[in-house]
Amino acid sequence: MPDVEPQPWILSPSPHIHEGSSVRGLMRDVLIALLPAVLAAALRHGFDAFRLILVCASSCVLAEMAARFLMRRSLAIGDLSALVTGLLLALNLPPLLPSWMAALGSFVAIIIAKQLFGGLGYNIFNPALAGRVFLLISFPVAMTTWALPDAVTTATPLSAWKTAWAAGAPPPAFGETWPLRDLFLGIRNGGLGSLGEISEAAILLGGLYLLARRVIDWEIPLFFIGTVAILSGIFHWIDPTRNLSPLYHLATGGLFLGAFFMATDLVTTPVTRTGQILFALGCGVLTFVIRRFGGYPEGVSFAILIMNGAAPLLDRYTVPRPYGHRRTSKP
Amino acid sequence: MKVLRAPFIVRGATHPAYHKEATAGRPIEPLPPPPILQVPMLQHLGAPSKPIVQKGDKVSVGQLIAEAGGPVSACAHSPVSGVVKAITEGISATGRPTPVIEIENDGQNTPANLLQSRPDWTSEQPSTLIGLVAAAGIVGMGGAGFPTHVKINPPPAKKIDTLIINGAECEPYLTADHRLMVEQPQTIWQGIRILRHILRGPRIRVAIEDNKPDAIRALTDAMKEADDEVAIVVLPTAYPMGAEKQLIYSILGREVPSGGLPSDVGALVENVATCAAVFDAVVHGRPLTHRVVTVSGSLVQRPANVLAPIGARFSDLIAFCGGLRATGGKLICGGPMMGVAHVDASTPVGKTVSGILALSRRELAFYETHPCIACGRCVRACPMALLPCTISIAVEAKQFDEAERLHVMDCIECGCCAYVCPAHRPMVQFMRQGKAQIQMVRRLKLQQQTSSPTALKP
Amino acid sequence: MSPFLSAVFVIGGAGAACAALLAVAARFLHVFEDPRVEAITNLLPGANCGGCGYAGCADYARAIVEKGAPVNLCRPCAAAALAEIARLMGVEAKPVEKMVAIVRCNGDAVRSRRAALYHGLADCVAADFTGGGGKVCREGCLGYGNCARVCPVGAITFQESLLAVVNPERCIGCGLCVKACPRHLIRLVPAGHEIHLLCSNRERGLVTRKACNVGCIACQKCVKHVNGQGIHMEGHLAVVDYTTPLPESLLEICPQHCFVKRSLLKPAPQPEPTPLS
Repeated sequence: MPDVEPQPWILSPSPHIHEGSSVRGLMRDVLIALLPAVLAAALRHGFDAFRLILVCASSCVLAEMAARFLMRRSLAIGDLSALVTGLLLALNLPPLLPSWMAALGSFVAIIIAKQLFGGLGYNIFNPALAGRVFLLISFPVAMTTWALPDAVTTATPLSAWKTAWAAGAPPPAFGETWPLRDLFLGIRNGGLGSLGEISEAAILLGGLYLLARRVIDWEIPLFFIGTVAILSGIFHWIDPTRNLSPLYHLATGGLFLGAFFMATDLVTTPVTRTGQILFALGCGVLTFVIRRFGGYPEGVSFAILIMNGAAPLLDRYTVPRPYGHRRTSKP
Repeated sequence: MKVLRAPFIVRGATHPAYHKEATAGRPIEPLPPPPILQVPMLQHLGAPSKPIVQKGDKVSVGQLIAEAGGPVSACAHSPVSGVVKAITEGISATGRPTPVIEIENDGQNTPANLLQSRPDWTSEQPSTLIGLVAAAGIVGMGGAGFPTHVKINPPPAKKIDTLIINGAECEPYLTADHRLMVEQPQTIWQGIRILRHILRGPRIRVAIEDNKPDAIRALTDAMKEADDEVAIVVLPTAYPMGAEKQLIYSILGREVPSGGLPSDVGALVENVATCAAVFDAVVHGRPLTHRVVTVSGSLVQRPANVLAPIGARFSDLIAFCGGLRATGGKLICGGPMMGVAHVDASTPVGKTVSGILALSRRELAFYETHPCIACGRCVRACPMALLPCTISIAVEAKQFDEAERLHVMDCIECGCCAYVCPAHRPMVQFMRQGKAQIQMVRRLKLQQQTSSPTALKP
Repeated sequence: MSPFLSAVFVIGGAGAACAALLAVAARFLHVFEDPRVEAITNLLPGANCGGCGYAGCADYARAIVEKGAPVNLCRPCAAAALAEIARLMGVEAKPVEKMVAIVRCNGDAVRSRRAALYHGLADCVAADFTGGGGKVCREGCLGYGNCARVCPVGAITFQESLLAVVNPERCIGCGLCVKACPRHLIRLVPAGHEIHLLCSNRERGLVTRKACNVGCIACQKCVKHVNGQGIHMEGHLAVVDYTTPLPESLLEICPQHCFVKRSLLKPAPQPEPTPLS
């Protein structure tokens, strides 16, 4: 074999092949999966939707670049994670929010919740949700002013239900104001809430794409949504006048967005399958408890953030039994 | 004889692209013995063989040139006739330095006296047959290379109730066992019968993945006379189905205890090529001097299955397959998931080399490494149900106690975790590093127990 | 009483009460500690390198006082400090020679051959069992810096040349790098010596010559030159035993230029100039 020695062989540990997935690829798939939701928001709110998405995406990317530069680390823009965070944050904001608040939320999301913890892979809390909750606590009014295309309103079905019952009676003409189908598709009166909460159908479409591409596993969305459905179903069965029907719990608010895009965030969820199921159960229980008993009409963000904090613990206590070990071996 | 589906589902596992089509349909071609051969002394687990020839000695085909170097070791024979040119340093198939016996082939093919054989083995004592297997230098030909005469002679306390014949060949690209099953099913079956006789009649499970229907057909034909305790088990195609522990679980539902051996759960696994070698040794008195090697990969001009003499260099086989299209990729001994990358094409073929792959950069994985993003894909892929991500982070942070607590020592280094890792972390290297470190600490502790604690010696 | 004053009294009172409690606790819960422990801890270099076998300087000081550990286990310790510790303990201190780590390999990226491109962890242990990171010499420095990462004083550089070099001025002789090197290349040597043999390859000359321009080929010229005084053969490798000073002429005698002159007492030079291309 005299003619084949010029270039040296490459030496590396096994395995020598790879399935071809990458962090960038995963993030790209998430961006693609968010397209239907972005489209639904754009159809609904037009300029405001684009404004918020543009502001959040650009300030997240800028914040990431600035933070990486100041920390003298390699710029990690290429992995697209900052773009995903920006888009998710935008989808978690009400359409009339001023741009400067959106930019502030983006900086908090990227710099405080992500880069100060060490960047992608080291953050404990979902950056987009951290940004949203920061804004919600800092600017409660702006963050709960919802808009229909032709008018400003202050009530979503969940908050209308909650305020009415705080006064002692169910809201009048609830079913007529918000038909379930409209809420699910995000049309007419039903297209309320943050940009990403408008159409559950669009979120579901994106979620199914993520499942088909194996970016996310089915356990977290199913157990999260299932828990909320079952809990609200039980309460609704006990007292239908006092408790909202489970169908409303699914079709309004950020449950689908949270279950398919936020609670499935790779970094801030447990790595073990049992841990992921417990995580989703916890998210579901907390969401329902906050919606039913808490001070806020919506609890998805808080539920996921709280469970983010519990994720390392869940991992620690759900170490699977390795092959060849007895079940009694303790973690 | 029955044909069964694998009754138990192995946890984890991956489905790499198989690339077997390049060689699966190509019959085994014998390699003309090259002018120079280097028979490595380390081509099995355990102690290296001890050369018994000197520089300048004449050797003939099948002559014993090295004897077993310990209780767990194997002897080696010359595949050609010629003159011993030197006993020198070389590299084994696993990339470790090893003594090699360099033989200059005289092309005469002078046969040596054959080994003892027992064509009528059914009336022989198992111990006699084990002796024949040992004398033929047979080792496990699936990859690990455990000496077969040691494996088929378990301590009497351990009753072997199932003999599993491994024809899974789950590594991508490799088709050596596949072709052997298609072309020599009768040899394999007779070898299995001999092993069964040695092990005093356990039931037989021949495991083949369902992507090799022609191999399943050929062996079904060859074994149709067999009794009902013999079965072909059709495995789902997945990697690593052919790993010993996973194979035992998928067929028997038993888990080999951590740190234990298959015989602890009454099972014994032999590769199909080993069975054929046992037949050749016992019935014909032929030592193990040749083996089937798949030469493949996109850099090889004409991928093929080659019957190569032990000691032929990788470059001889590649030249026989039309040479290389280009250089600069990887030269891999074994499969792409667990094989060892080599830097030197003059490395000789050993008894455990099932494939030589020359892969181009495009087929290989070269990526920047990210920090772990804790996605948990490796956890789902791990066939040993470990937490590769957590272990790799612990090793990276030099927290070897933590890695040990997370059972890094149970890792079989199959590479599933690294194969699926979107952050492209060198997971297997982390695992090996953790294992090496923990073993070193254990050795040190052992030393400290035996000697009194002393201060540092300069 | 105004709310301002009452706040002052409450906070001040609470503070006084706590101070009183602490004073009482300090008196009754006092644990006697030999003052010598603190004195010795202060005399030790405070690098907490662990080279003595104890978990840091304070632990070693306690071991000296309470368990009667030998006083001269600390190699970084200055002679004056050692004498003071010995005086405190009332024992006689055998003076210890300053020891300095030296990497017995001089095969950097230029002088030593690498046969392959290595893609993998930049870690010596990992590279060592992945075909030696492509380095042909199986016993030479891999250059991925495991020694530098354990060095408590940052005395080892490795990056540019893929060869670890100890800066003797900074080295405190703790020996942590000796343990970190998977190829056992690093050795602690008495700082008084100036002539060193930088090779650890025990293979035959033919093999070594293929791998490295500055590898020992076991020609034994050095051993003959010094009449076996201070250099001996271990297999196919000449080894300096650091018993007698070696002549500088060895630098010219060795055909492979394995010997270097390097004072370990003065600040030392980074990699020697390459004698062969």
